[in-house]
Amino acid sequence: MQPVISVINFSKSFGKTTAVKNLTFDVEKGELFGLIGPDGAGKTTTIRTLVTLISPDSGEISVTGLNVSKSIRAIRSITGYMPQRFSLYPDLSVRQNLNFFANLFEVPKKEIAERRKRLFKFSNLEPFSERLAGQLSGGMKQKLALSCTLIHNPVVLFLDEPTTGVDPVSRSEFWEILRELKKEGVTILVSTPYMDEALLCDRIAIMHEGSVLAMGKPEKITGLMRNHIYKITGNDLVLRSDVFAQIPEIISVQSFGDSLHLTFPPGFSDEDVRIKIYGLIGQELNVERIAPSLEDVFIGLVEGKIGHAN
Amino acid sequence: MQTDKAVSVSKLSRHFGKFIAVDEISFEVDKGEIFGFLGANGAGKTTAIKMLCGLLKPTSGEATVAGFSINSDTSKIKKNIGYMSQKFSLYDDLTVKENIEFYGGIYGLSREKISDKTDQLISELNLDKMKNSLTRSLPLGWKQRLALSTSLLHDPSIIFLDEPTGGVDPISRRNFWRIIYEIASRGKTVFVTTHYMDEAEYCNRVSIMHKGKIIELGTPTGLKQKYNKTTMQDIFISIIGQN
Repeated sequence: MQPVISVINFSKSFGKTTAVKNLTFDVEKGELFGLIGPDGAGKTTTIRTLVTLISPDSGEISVTGLNVSKSIRAIRSITGYMPQRFSLYPDLSVRQNLNFFANLFEVPKKEIAERRKRLFKFSNLEPFSERLAGQLSGGMKQKLALSCTLIHNPVVLFLDEPTTGVDPVSRSEFWEILRELKKEGVTILVSTPYMDEALLCDRIAIMHEGSVLAMGKPEKITGLMRNHIYKITGNDLVLRSDVFAQIPEIISVQSFGDSLHLTFPPGFSDEDVRIKIYGLIGQELNVERIAPSLEDVFIGLVEGKIGHAN
Repeated sequence: MQTDKAVSVSKLSRHFGKFIAVDEISFEVDKGEIFGFLGANGAGKTTAIKMLCGLLKPTSGEATVAGFSINSDTSKIKKNIGYMSQKFSLYDDLTVKENIEFYGGIYGLSREKISDKTDQLISELNLDKMKNSLTRSLPLGWKQRLALSTSLLHDPSIIFLDEPTGGVDPISRRNFWRIIYEIASRGKTVFVTTHYMDEAEYCNRVSIMHKGKIIELGTPTGLKQKYNKTTMQDIFISIIGQN
């Protein structure tokens, strides 16, 4: 089956700045695909190109088989796009905002009420339908913006950092809605700087400075880290990173509040770590091997320190 | 209220008409501690912090910040705290040097002191080549370090960080926190508010605020054991979800 989103060797520069270079990925129907990376990684440029707002310098890019440089109107009518700063009208109520976007997207008048009802089911915004959008909380605003993006029943959804600045509970509710949409067969491309949200996607591309560092299922990507990471807790006074940095085999030391994360090459066991620590400070500390986070993998990939098999 | 704590809060409340934004919160923060102040949007964090910075009078209760009362000594508090937010701290249209000089002036440093501090900071941050460039042209990670340094110009004993590393790449974020640990080890107290649960993991202790009250307070490891979760994100959702 033809992928819903297809990007082949896409590059885009702004003046001397290369925003995206040689990006290739595709997204299947009904897939929830995440572009993960910090500011400046090229996420927004990629999304804006896919929704036909900017044109690529080079590459073959299509949405539902339609070329983004040629089929601009057709693509816009079947896609929903929620930019980082979605403009809701603060002086209109929740219901009026939905009606406004329905009219903008030429939704037939008699269908509007029913679609609104369906969207309320996702968003739980019905009790607030007469509240002015300007008076909604951050999380509710994001849900309303998403609802406005969905009013014309798009088959592909592009969300650019929809949960940035939103609190963790509202973020988790927002992702719940995305999973519901996915069940209905909507294809979703979402970007986020939050590494933890990546785990909620079917597949992700980790982007850094315009290129993909790694792509695939989230668990496959965390599996790329071959170095062992140990969490050390115990006597606060000795949890000083500069002390542990003296261990010759150590790859990195990171303080985390009340613990330290020590990274060692593959094959380094809990026991090896305990012995090293005892030799260094003459005390036993709690040593626990932990699974690498996506952030660990990101840093490992950028710095070329993910370790190699023995 | 005499105390050797960096922050000491006792039954602090703030009402707006009938709405109780902060409802009798009490907690203490030690000198040199990195303390995370977490909560959902609308939980009352901003109101609480405004009171702690001496910007808003409490309805009732007391707190001392750097040893000064938020009821009677707000001008002294302002001289003894620093504030840094990744989003708002720097003027993009000023050069690096001008930003440092501007903040030195705001904090009431003498001309000589400003000039000394400016040279010192620029060399510490390796910004010599960039000192006359507009701040907007700096990479995000550097901007953040510059913002942090300017907020420390007046040598405050407590620094408030508001989502200091949101959106920043993980390498810059870890470097930033390395500096924060260094600052804390010199006895400065770091008070962090954030929605980024990744940032909460770096704190020595965290509090979670919900509907005006502090409903949980502890070390990240302690809370993970108590709730049998592996991340602060999961803890936060399970606590707020229950309430």
